[in-house]
Amino acid sequence: MEPIAITGVSQTPYRERMIDKTAYDLVYEVTRDALADAGLGIHDIDNVITVSNDFVDGRTISSMAVGEAAGAHDKNISTVEGDGAFGAFYGAMRALSGFDTTLVVAHGKGSEGDMGLITNAMFDPVYQRHLGIDALTAAALQADVYMTRYGLTEEDFAEVSVKNHQNARNNPLAHLPLDITVSDVMKSERLSDPIKRLDCSPISDGAAAIIISTGRASSRSRTRPIWIRGVAHCSDAYFPGDRNLADSPALRRAAKRAYAMAGITNPLKNIDVVELYDAFSYMEPLWLEGMGFSEPGSGARLLKDGVTRMDGILPVNPSGGVLSAHALMVAGLSRIVECVLQLRGEAREHQVPGAETALAQGINGPCGQSHCVWILSVNQ
Amino acid sequence: MNQENPQSASWLEQVRPLTLKGQIAVPYTWWVGETGSRFLRALRDEQKILGNRCDTCGTVYVPPRKNCGRCFTDITQWVQLATEGVVRAHTVVRRMPAALLNAADRPTLPFAYALIRLDGARVDLLHRITRDLEKLKNGIRVRARFSERPTGHILDITDFEIIRNSP
Repeated sequence: MEPIAITGVSQTPYRERMIDKTAYDLVYEVTRDALADAGLGIHDIDNVITVSNDFVDGRTISSMAVGEAAGAHDKNISTVEGDGAFGAFYGAMRALSGFDTTLVVAHGKGSEGDMGLITNAMFDPVYQRHLGIDALTAAALQADVYMTRYGLTEEDFAEVSVKNHQNARNNPLAHLPLDITVSDVMKSERLSDPIKRLDCSPISDGAAAIIISTGRASSRSRTRPIWIRGVAHCSDAYFPGDRNLADSPALRRAAKRAYAMAGITNPLKNIDVVELYDAFSYMEPLWLEGMGFSEPGSGARLLKDGVTRMDGILPVNPSGGVLSAHALMVAGLSRIVECVLQLRGEAREHQVPGAETALAQGINGPCGQSHCVWILSVNQ
Repeated sequence: MNQENPQSASWLEQVRPLTLKGQIAVPYTWWVGETGSRFLRALRDEQKILGNRCDTCGTVYVPPRKNCGRCFTDITQWVQLATEGVVRAHTVVRRMPAALLNAADRPTLPFAYALIRLDGARVDLLHRITRDLEKLKNGIRVRARFSERPTGHILDITDFEIIRNSP
């Protein structure tokens, strides 16, 4: 693969209701900030990818409404309707096809719609939607299968929530920095067994942007380039009932391909920090298994053994993760931004010292139907 | 904050943000297709649950599919499945999902969603269980209950009930 790098990043704070900013304002803000970060002007950008969802925005062709906020006037602009990590994947493909400097920007203002109704609408209208199933209740089915299969407990998942909300206390952009205990999680409102309120990510407003440069264009940016060493995505079946929800074959395949590209042979040894898509607490151990950091069923062990804590050998979600800030469409791109900051040594209070190789993950669809895995490195 | 305009911060503080209410309410009439029609007609007219089997890998799908997603081949063999099966996953729902708040046919809380492996199928059917939740666990056997006023809809199965004396 031709060398390509991330040379500019930005993200807004993630908050419950950003009443003073429209989606357009957020996109304009992160676009300007990403350009400033890279030391580039809008005329240096030769193509733009926006990431948005029509149901979240409450308008059709929502992507076209933010084009000018993203500086896309008179430029080649395209759109991804899916998580921002997949938008970034499209951006990487464009960089590899000859565009020198690609801007990818994602926004989500969940506070303006109704996430229960919107996530219900991702299910099949003939066979599933009328049952009322939504992202939360489908995730609860997955958590149940995962627990039953491997004899896990609700406390195993609560530990993840405690760790990630604690990490968020070192990240001023996080929406939910919390000092909580396993008991607090266990006593929080039961929503859909085994998922309780503190097992869930919040609904956040926010936006993020990255700039992807080809190797030859990377020196135009003032930042240290963070190289895209491997990236892959893979999708599982659409109907949750067709899938083995206690495993994640799509993630396994995506990770395997990304590792092969990046020359990762021993993920636990070769990767220094992970930012993954923990929309619900159970997802962290399940995704870690899919990424090959542990055997199936033993992902929760990593946290018990301290491996994934800030002072462990593989800190997972130093930013607080999606559990602490979840702007729909943005969260996967935010994982990439966080990894870039880690590798540049600019993650401030939540910096993992000396991180050189990072893994970022985005998901799409119910119960992690599809996965996008990124391996980023300080080394070309 | 906009650095080129140092007054913008104070200006913003004086503005009370306004909101605009809106709603997208577009009625749709989805054709359910030949495969879906055959499934829903069997539910409505015969209280039968039909699946179909991939000629290549043998997977028996329910609801039936036009093609096998794994093999990417047509599916031609129809199979009548039992109206009973085993609960493979469940969640007891304690807060009414937003999509049901205004639904006339909504169950009362708590109720459960379950993935049910009907006898003869090789995938799980998503549906609801509304009674005897204290007995509900993975592995228990359940049976479909059918609506007395079927309309050719997935809710012609009103829900599944736990079969007594099930292990």
